[in-house]
Amino acid sequence: MSENTNKPKKEELFSAKNRKLLSNPMGKDNPITVQVLGICSVLAVTVQLRPSLVMALSVAAVMGVSNVVISLLRNTIPQRIRIIVQLTVIASMVILVDQVLKAFFYDISRQLSVFVGLIITNCIIMGRLEAFALSNKPWPSFLDGVGNAAGYGAVLLTVAFFRELLGSGTLFGYQIVPNFIYDMGYVNNGFMILPPMALITVGIIIWVQRHRNPELVDAS
Amino acid sequence: MKALIEFVEKKIQPNFEKGGKLHKFHRSFEAFQTFLYVKGDVTRKGSHIRDAIDMKRTMFHVVIALVPALLFGMWNVGLQHYRAIGLEVTFFDQFLFGLIKVLPLVVVSYVVGLAIEFIFAEIRNHEVNEGFLVSGMLIPLIIPVTTPLWMVALATIFAVIIGKEVFGGTGMNILNPALLARAFLFFAYPAYLSGEVWIETSLREGQQLVDGFSGATPLAMLAANETEQLPSIIEMFLGTIPGSVGETSTLAILIGAVILVATGVGSFRIMASVVLGGLFMGGILNIFAVNEFMATPAYYHLVIGGFAFGAVFMATDPVTASQTPTGKYIYGALIGVVAVLIRVVNPAYPEGMMLAILLMNVFAPLIDHYVVEANIKRRLKRLKKAPVKV
Repeated sequence: MSENTNKPKKEELFSAKNRKLLSNPMGKDNPITVQVLGICSVLAVTVQLRPSLVMALSVAAVMGVSNVVISLLRNTIPQRIRIIVQLTVIASMVILVDQVLKAFFYDISRQLSVFVGLIITNCIIMGRLEAFALSNKPWPSFLDGVGNAAGYGAVLLTVAFFRELLGSGTLFGYQIVPNFIYDMGYVNNGFMILPPMALITVGIIIWVQRHRNPELVDAS
Repeated sequence: MKALIEFVEKKIQPNFEKGGKLHKFHRSFEAFQTFLYVKGDVTRKGSHIRDAIDMKRTMFHVVIALVPALLFGMWNVGLQHYRAIGLEVTFFDQFLFGLIKVLPLVVVSYVVGLAIEFIFAEIRNHEVNEGFLVSGMLIPLIIPVTTPLWMVALATIFAVIIGKEVFGGTGMNILNPALLARAFLFFAYPAYLSGEVWIETSLREGQQLVDGFSGATPLAMLAANETEQLPSIIEMFLGTIPGSVGETSTLAILIGAVILVATGVGSFRIMASVVLGGLFMGGILNIFAVNEFMATPAYYHLVIGGFAFGAVFMATDPVTASQTPTGKYIYGALIGVVAVLIRVVNPAYPEGMMLAILLMNVFAPLIDHYVVEANIKRRLKRLKKAPVKV
């Protein structure tokens, strides 16, 4: 017993603070709906659920690993060239993810086309590296990366759910809207397939979120 | 009449006042009450004279101005239908057919739109805005009569919520709600608004379409560079051509324009500059014509499609148009130019008027900003030049 009291108490893996790193990005720190980052990919890949899911997982992989790598290197990276180091790490991860997709999920890789490569430019990743990984230990950095990627993925999948359901009448490629509704005169909404509707859907999500959580509404 | 007003104030109103059973719905009550007559409120201080022309009355002028286009549109729907199936019927029958087809569109648009207005007024606890009185009439007039009713309802919901309520309700919207409804339909259900299925051709037993019937609107014909079947300019001016319900008759729209300008509700500056802008761009395209559409005389653009309707009823919307007099000229002229440009140069979008007005709606505040800035600069210059008087 006396040994333990001498050492500084080691933080648990999932302490309250660490759990917050995971849960905050899902709610009041959501990278898309609150920080309004990474909007381009939301517009581009959310026509259907399948590519959105793959995109969300890819971003999670890139973010989790690059956050850990930068966190491990954080004391050796010279301050003046830290951006280029971060870019190199992210780019290597993205190339890795791209190769894996091409090898095992070729169709989806074709569908996502350049947007896998463009994960490099996703501001959320760079933002988390700058804001968190550069000044925190590897484990919290990993949680932060995964948490933010989950927040990003949640919005991505919500948008894709509505766009695929209303735009194509399917979910994950399976027809959901029954045929007799089409026979009654229902027509798929072609507007949902166009990018503007993704923006409007994100806007509605932001509206609902701020309505439920008034502290997010800024006074300006 | 007096007895009725007294009845409302004595018997019904107390229910909605503070402490009354139905106080929760007092906004809705006030909306209906002021629809019939202005309440007897008196200002406590400041100016004591109140003009009777509030927003509700202003909006009503526009609805009256729309009546000629609406009535003509109803008759034209019948006329086009019976032409398509090759039947000679009386004027009354044609009108009746159109009435039966158009009335549901109007009812759906009003019921859905006003329901949303009332819901938002109750939730947000503000007065019910009357802006939808006009939008609700405009929406059925700018869509083809063949549009299914549920699409009209959906487009109205989209336009009122995303176009208006999100920005804070009537007077705060950036885009014209009626046009937004049409744009929504145009992008969501292109098959229903492509300009080829705009005549009601549901057939009863024993009826069939006449030989060589195409049903394409003049605009669609021109966009496809097929000018052989194009109606004469007189026909297009009078409006006996296929098209959206209220947009075909330039004559009926002109009557509406006169009413709007005479009552001071619509801006003459905008209407005139839209027409001039359209003619100007049409003229330029004529000079560099490489196909039949580009070679079409510029004044054709004024009578085909929704150009006239847009210029008179859409571009002049006081909320979304420019506010400054100079800005109105710039705003109007650019609408005309862009509308003709989209029509002729981009074959994917035959009706450029809708897109042109929506685009300029977005730019209207910017135009106003620069007009005001220019004015400030000019006056500063004058101040510097002027000899200092002591």
